[in-house]
This record gives sequence, structure tokens and C-alpha cells, in this order.
Amino acid sequence: MKSLIKILAIAVVLVVVSCKKDTAPNYQFMPNMYESAGYETYGEAAFPNGVEAQLPAQGSIARGFIPFDIDNTTEGYNLAKETLKSPLDSTQVDLVTGKELYNIYCGICHGNKGNGQGNLVKREKILGIPSYDDAGRAITEGSIYHTIYHGKNAMGSYANQLNEEERWQVVSYVLKLKADLEK
Amino acid sequence: MKKSYQSLEVNLTNNMRKVIHRKLSINILRLGLIILLAFTTSLSAQEGDSVKGKSLFNANCAACHKLDKKMTGPALRHVEVRLASEGLDREWIYAWVKNSSAVIKSGDAYGNKIYNEYGKAAMTPFPQLSNADIDNILAYTAEEKKVPAVSVDTAAVSSSSSDSSSVSNEIILGALAFLFMLLVIALYSVKKTLRRFAEVHNIELENSTEKTPLWKVIIKNQFLMIVVAIFFLLSSAYFIYGYLSQIGVDQGYQPVQPIHFSHKIHAGDNGIDCKYCHSSARVSKTSGIPSLNVCMNCHKSVSDYNGETTIEHSKEFYDGEIQKLYAAAGWDDADQKYTGESQPVKWVRIHNLPDFAYFNHSQHVTVAGVECQKCHGPVEEMEVVYQHAPLTMGWCINCHRETDVNVKDNAYYTKIHEELSKKYGVDKLTAAQMGGLECGKCHY
Repeated sequence: MKSLIKILAIAVVLVVVSCKKDTAPNYQFMPNMYESAGYETYGEAAFPNGVEAQLPAQGSIARGFIPFDIDNTTEGYNLAKETLKSPLDSTQVDLVTGKELYNIYCGICHGNKGNGQGNLVKREKILGIPSYDDAGRAITEGSIYHTIYHGKNAMGSYANQLNEEERWQVVSYVLKLKADLEK
Repeated sequence: MKKSYQSLEVNLTNNMRKVIHRKLSINILRLGLIILLAFTTSLSAQEGDSVKGKSLFNANCAACHKLDKKMTGPALRHVEVRLASEGLDREWIYAWVKNSSAVIKSGDAYGNKIYNEYGKAAMTPFPQLSNADIDNILAYTAEEKKVPAVSVDTAAVSSSSSDSSSVSNEIILGALAFLFMLLVIALYSVKKTLRRFAEVHNIELENSTEKTPLWKVIIKNQFLMIVVAIFFLLSSAYFIYGYLSQIGVDQGYQPVQPIHFSHKIHAGDNGIDCKYCHSSARVSKTSGIPSLNVCMNCHKSVSDYNGETTIEHSKEFYDGEIQKLYAAAGWDDADQKYTGESQPVKWVRIHNLPDFAYFNHSQHVTVAGVECQKCHGPVEEMEVVYQHAPLTMGWCINCHRETDVNVKDNAYYTKIHEELSKKYGVDKLTAAQMGGLECGKCHY
């Protein structure tokens, strides 16, 4: 009988110790102080598709955003290539910011020097990234901006990761890399 | 015949130029060299070097073409045979690669058909590729698809060997458990036989009840009783305090996510910056869970996994997870098109501050320049992400006390920084001295 009690006690201790589960969150003291009453970012919400992150009403324009009217087509690309110019003047171009953003978003494929030898290319995950001094493409500031905004071929759009000003800073930095490559 | 004559001519002029640069004086040798070179290159114009072709293909074509799969452009394996059945020869391919839009404008039927079929995306002109380069690329595309028999074999061998190792581990453990059981049974039976012996030989067994048990001694002695009570109270207080202070702390929380996204592969092996996906950490309160179009930036091209695998996470497992992503994003990989039937992925949030504490990512990432790993730990080594830091108030405050603020090149605040330094009598201000301990900074 005594030994049975001992065995039971050991079993209880083992069960309590092994009960700590990492896949479930811990208890909270006062859940209604911990959990937000309002909708939390990316949370669930009482909308038809059940998510908090809703698309803005069609046609609405967020404060500080200027719509980009050039289409995501080959014609649009050519139009941008020939006509679109950077709104940044020489004093507003910030190559330090441009470099920082370029290395985060573009360098992984295009290479930090713009020669098409980024880490993903070296590891043969993504192939065929052109160098910026590619003669057949002959990129201009307008075509670079159009490509960042809409993407091109296998490249996706970066419009949601960079805002308008940041996109133009990256364009300036890409032009600098292109000039360096052509030296 | 005509073709080889033309290429001969081109090669002749090319080589002539080169040779003139070298300024060889002996005319006969030069002519002989030209003829020899022209002959060899015109030979290779027929055959092409598939090794060179592969590197040219990877550098120039692979952005839009794969060998066996439709991408931005059509799959290119055996493209020459396919085009030959359309009645198009190598000259057409040369013209198309060097300037496809000119071919389309000339009203070429097949060119226009392809142009319209692939969403009117014009192929980039490649004037820098010579005919010999294109021959090499065509030689590469004409290669038969390699059946990955060898790699399958080695994979099977390696997996079976790793399987066998885990199996042998289990066998060893089982055998040990069995031995242990045998030992227990043996000891028990030895005890039993000894007792029986004692009974048979009329040896009196020691009676354990004659001794006063320990708890009775303690109850009789008041001093011992108090000591034990104090010890018991203190230790239970210690454990209760420990239990209560870990409530609401999720350190080590490691939920299972709906799509197995390995930060080790993405941020570690491939070296993708944290802010590539979590881009809003730079500019907003939340670090941002990337929408699926960010995944598709790369996974349009990367449809299968070719890196290291383990028994738990095999290539099939990872490929299946990429298929889950395609299903959620509504991407039809065979047709290379979005179907428009997407569905949100229900990621499980790991790091979650209580509602009464305010935390802003941009303040820490952009303004202070704190590394992501400082709070989130070595995420680039985590196959499955867990919460690294306790995220308690003490932990926050500790960092605010220790961190020196970078006040350099911040002209707007120079004066107040100087005055604060004078007030505290320090050279370097910490976040705490700048008001990082004010209650209202985080609780309001």
C-alpha cells in the first residue's frame, strides 16, 4: 500500500512536469486586460471573410499616396521608360537610404553591386537575373520605377514594401550602380 | 550549305579583326589560322557546346524560361525540334533571340502567335549573344532530361541509413528497458526466496514496526516541528512565487504554423534580410506579416526545395508546403497564372504583448537601429520559431538601462542631449536617461 502511494506520487510529479507544452500559450492573470477589445493587427474580425486586414474601398486613395497611372503592360513599360522622370532633385537624392533599401529588397537577387549575382543567384535558387548594364534592356529611371512598382516577368511588385519616395531613392541608387558597372 | 557558308563568312571577318590586332607578320600562318579557326567554329555551329550553353542559359534565359516548365516564356527543352515542326530553322531562332520585336513587327505568323499566347510580354532583345552562343544554348536545350536515378538512389540509401540508425536506437532502448525489467523481477524473486528460506529455517525476521518512525519523532519534538514547518512554508512560498511570476510569460512558446515556414532556410541559408518580408517593421508599430505576394516574389521561380533535408523535414515535405502556399495565394504553377481563388493563411501569433503595454517596432528598428535578433533571438537558426525573450517589463527596462543611445549626427536634438548629459554627468546617454523608464511611455 505504501509503495503504491509512493509510485502514485512519482507519477503525479512526472505528469505535472511533462505537462509543460510549448505549442500552447501560457495562462494569463487577467485575460481581459491582456486581450485587446479593439481589433488587433492581422487578427480575426467580424467581416465577411473574417480577417481584420481589409482592402480599402475601391477608388479610395490613402493619405500621402499618389496614384500611379501607367499600366502594367509592355506599352506601359515602354511609356514609363521613355517619359517617366524622377521627382527627386539632386538635393533630395539620398544614396545612403537608397543603398540600405536596395540591399534589403533588391540585393538578394540583383547582387549588392547590381551585377545580377545576388545570394539567391549564387545558390542557384533563382537564375537569369540580368546585370543593370545589360545593353538589350537599357534601363532608364522610368523603366526602373515601373518595374519596382508593377514587377516584370518573374519579378514581383515591390509597391507594398516600399513607398513612393523610397522607390525613387532606390531608383537613384540603381542608376548609380548602373553607372558604376558601365565604367 | 548556305548556312555554313554564311557563318564561315562571319567567322572569317571576326577572326580577321582579332588577328590584325595581334599584328602577326607571317601572312601564310595567319591565313592558315583563320581557315583552321573558321573550320572549327563552323563545326561547332552545328553541334554547340552544351556546357557553355548551360552557363549562358542560366545567365540570360533562365529569368523567363525553364527547360521543362512554362514560366514567363515557354519551356525550352527540345525547342529546336518543336520549331522545326513549325517549319522554322535556326536562322529564325537567331533573329528571334537577337530582336524578337522586329520579328513580330515583320508580321511573322508563329512569332505573333507566341507573343499573344504569353500575354504580349515582349522578349528582351539579346544583341550581345553571337550565333555561336545561341548554338551553345540550343545544344543545352537539346539535351535529354536527366533522370535523377542516381540522386534518388543516394537519397534512399541515406534516408534508409538514417532510418536504420533511429531504428537501432529504439532497439537499444527497448533492450535496455527489457534488461531493467528482468533485473527488477530477479531482485524481487531473490527477496521472496530469501524470505522463504528464513521461514523454513525459523530465523526471526527483523520487525520494522519496532522502530519509531521518523514522523512520530518529529511530532513529539516541538523544535523539530517548528523547523520543519518553517522549511515547508518557505519552500512552498518559493514555488508558488515562481509559478505566479511565470503566468503570462510565453518564453519558449512554439506553436505549429499552418504552413511550415522555415526561417532557417530563408533567413539563415539564403540570407534574406528580415526586413525583406517584415517590411513594415521599418515604418510602423507592427513588424508586419508579409502578404502572400511577397512570398510569390521568389516562389514564382522557386517551386521546389533542393537544400538540406532531415528525416522529419524531407524534400517532399518542403515541396508540399510550397504547394500549400500556391493554394493559398491562388497560383496555378502549371499555367503560371493566378486563379483568383485565394484564401488567407491563419498564422499563429507568437510574440504578443498584453494590451496594456505599447510597443512600436519602427521606434526600435529604424530610430534606435536595434538588431531584430536582440529581442527575437537567433531566428535565422530556427526551423520552427519560438519566443526567445520573456517579454516581461523587467526585461524591457533592463535593456533601456543598458543601451547607449546614438546621438551622433542628430543636429536637431544636440542641445537637449548636451543638457541631459550634463544633468546626469555622463558621456553617453542611455535610453533610460532619455525617459525610457517613464510609465507613460509604454502604459497609457
